[in-house]
Amino acid sequence: MAFKHKHLLGIQTLTPSEIMTVLDTAESFYEISTREVKKVPTLRGKTIINLFFEPSTRTRSSFELAAKRLSADIVNFNQQASSAVKGESLKDTILNLEAMNPDAIIIRHSCAGVPHFTTTFCQSHIINAGDGSHEHPTQALLDAFTIRQEKKNFQDLKVTIVGDVLHSRVARSNIFLLRKLGARVVLVGPRPLVPLELKKFGVDIDFNLDRALEGADVIMMLRIQLERQQKNYFPSIREYRNLYSLTEKRFQRAKKKAIIMHPGPINRGIEISADMADSAKSVILKQVENGIAVRMAVLYLLLGGKEREAFD
Amino acid sequence: MKLLIKNGRVIDPSSGKDARLDLLIEKGKIVDIKTKIAAKGAKVIDASRLVVAPGFIDMHAHLREPGQENKETIATGAAAAAKGGFTSIACMPNTNPVNDNRGLTEYILSEAKKRAAVNIFPVASITKGQRGEELTDMADLVDAGAVAFSDDGQSVENSQIMRRALEYSKPLNTLIIEHCEDKNLSGEGVMHEGYYSYLFGLSGIPASSEEIIIARDTIIAQEAEASIHIAHLSTEGAVDIIRNARKKKIKVTAEVTPHHLFLTDSYLEGYDTSLKVNPPLRSKEDVQALIQAVKEGIVDVFATDHAPHTPDEKDVEFDKAPFGINGIETAVSLLLDRLVNKNVISLKRFIKMISTTPSLILGLENKGKICAGADADLTILNLNKEIVIDVSTFRSKSRNNPFQGWKLKGTPAMTIVGGKIAYPLSSSKSL
Repeated sequence: MAFKHKHLLGIQTLTPSEIMTVLDTAESFYEISTREVKKVPTLRGKTIINLFFEPSTRTRSSFELAAKRLSADIVNFNQQASSAVKGESLKDTILNLEAMNPDAIIIRHSCAGVPHFTTTFCQSHIINAGDGSHEHPTQALLDAFTIRQEKKNFQDLKVTIVGDVLHSRVARSNIFLLRKLGARVVLVGPRPLVPLELKKFGVDIDFNLDRALEGADVIMMLRIQLERQQKNYFPSIREYRNLYSLTEKRFQRAKKKAIIMHPGPINRGIEISADMADSAKSVILKQVENGIAVRMAVLYLLLGGKEREAFD
Repeated sequence: MKLLIKNGRVIDPSSGKDARLDLLIEKGKIVDIKTKIAAKGAKVIDASRLVVAPGFIDMHAHLREPGQENKETIATGAAAAAKGGFTSIACMPNTNPVNDNRGLTEYILSEAKKRAAVNIFPVASITKGQRGEELTDMADLVDAGAVAFSDDGQSVENSQIMRRALEYSKPLNTLIIEHCEDKNLSGEGVMHEGYYSYLFGLSGIPASSEEIIIARDTIIAQEAEASIHIAHLSTEGAVDIIRNARKKKIKVTAEVTPHHLFLTDSYLEGYDTSLKVNPPLRSKEDVQALIQAVKEGIVDVFATDHAPHTPDEKDVEFDKAPFGINGIETAVSLLLDRLVNKNVISLKRFIKMISTTPSLILGLENKGKICAGADADLTILNLNKEIVIDVSTFRSKSRNNPFQGWKLKGTPAMTIVGGKIAYPLSSSKSL
């Protein structure tokens, strides 16, 4: 099997063939969620901890269902319920969880590098479920899985990523992944949120949404966090909407068969108009559905090993 | 007790001396230097394979006492300094409480007298509580023993107060040292802003944050006809500003740390918090400019910015770790190996930048030179000894040093402070 990592910390360290392995594996898991009995015994006896230091519904539930459909035991820890509020250090919290002998720990944290830090003192498999503004590898993988369902070939694609690229781990992981698979990536947003230095990632940068949408095959909208306005990354939500909201009129500039993606949660009527979010061009809910198959694949590739026949 | 250091290669940049000489020390002073000295009853140190230099002076260290004795104390910091080859250190005022009054300065000096293996020179704060609002009683502090003033850790944000500080301190024959940083530009930054901060998803501290304040301060210094010392220079732009200021004869001096010379932002790949420091580790281009500045003499001084933090404080999320590198025990070997051995600068220039010039900038009489009558502060170097940096051998209370495992050639062999051997402690060790 062409996947030799102990942890999934980011897309940056994966090769194109490893990415394809995840997508192919997800393909074979996809069907399980459509069965009447949505469960295979593949990871029976494995214990997984879902450790979320940031609020999340989608990613946490998606990992939880993925684990359960593979018959693993999964426990959820979130910040409110954990000892972090009692002043325990992150390291102590994780060491305590590790003492319960889990096989894998899925971590979401607001600080970049926490999954990497965890691997320095932890024996379990570590899966990054989003670290600060750094990476969110399973989101990029499920996005790639969704694109592949619609487009087949990454090489000829133009992907336009719109919004707060600076703070977006989703954007970062997607940029790494799409560039590895040969897609053309254009970043667009207010200039303080799309630093020119990002060109070194092999992407094009524009500040005009109409121009950036020209001929796009995939439009990836990012959530704009309302608190960015207070730090003057852009003057007002009104102005942001005027310049960077995806509307039906703007969408006309993209290719006819272009798809609209969004990692969620969406701000309806801000970065994307409601009719666009709900349109036939939108694959936003498809992304959520695919998330489970992709996360099953990730858990399987890291933890599964020999029992491959179990689900065939 | 008399001490006779025999047959060492004595290098003294202040006089240009570089010769194999004997050196006699008595009552804390150098009393004689010549080719052959015979002294009855003197303890003899054979330095025939060693270099004898004027004692090294670290203009920039944090000793944490009072208030943060879990990180370091005056005694442990001084012991670390002695092991690192330093005979004198200037300690920054960001203790708790801040060293902004006579009582604190006197406390530090009295603790130093009781417990410190090296000379301690307190730096007092420019403003009360380092709050940037009101000047400290500078004349009183100078009288108590403060050797310079700095609000280290932050800049004096208000330009008017900086100007007043430079003007007021001028007749006191003291020194203003500035940590140059525009906190608004630094924001929540934890590393150098650039390709790698975007790659690692960490908030950036732009080069402009440092450069703007250096530019401002040199302009104010010119107008106030005063001199200023810039702490821990770290960017290419900062080097350019100092170079231009020198052309205009502005009295500005600058220091650089080993970590800014030998590490770049790309090292942060593994989110190792021992590399988290302010100013942050900069880009490869910045490092090249700093090395060039050392060669050209734009940078005057090597300093450590020794900033001890406990393992518990550093063993956390990168964003939450405190800034600072524990560098006083590794600086000399790093500089010898990476600059002198690689012929970037001569051995004499190195000694000048770590002893002679700091003593002149701080106005330390009888230090930074080897001549009859000077203080018997000496750093003896073994240029051929190879070492591997091992933080577990540190005398510092803390371990936050990113050079663990580095193999280096050249190391301090003995540190003599006021005629007494401060390092190594047990006598007659093989040097």
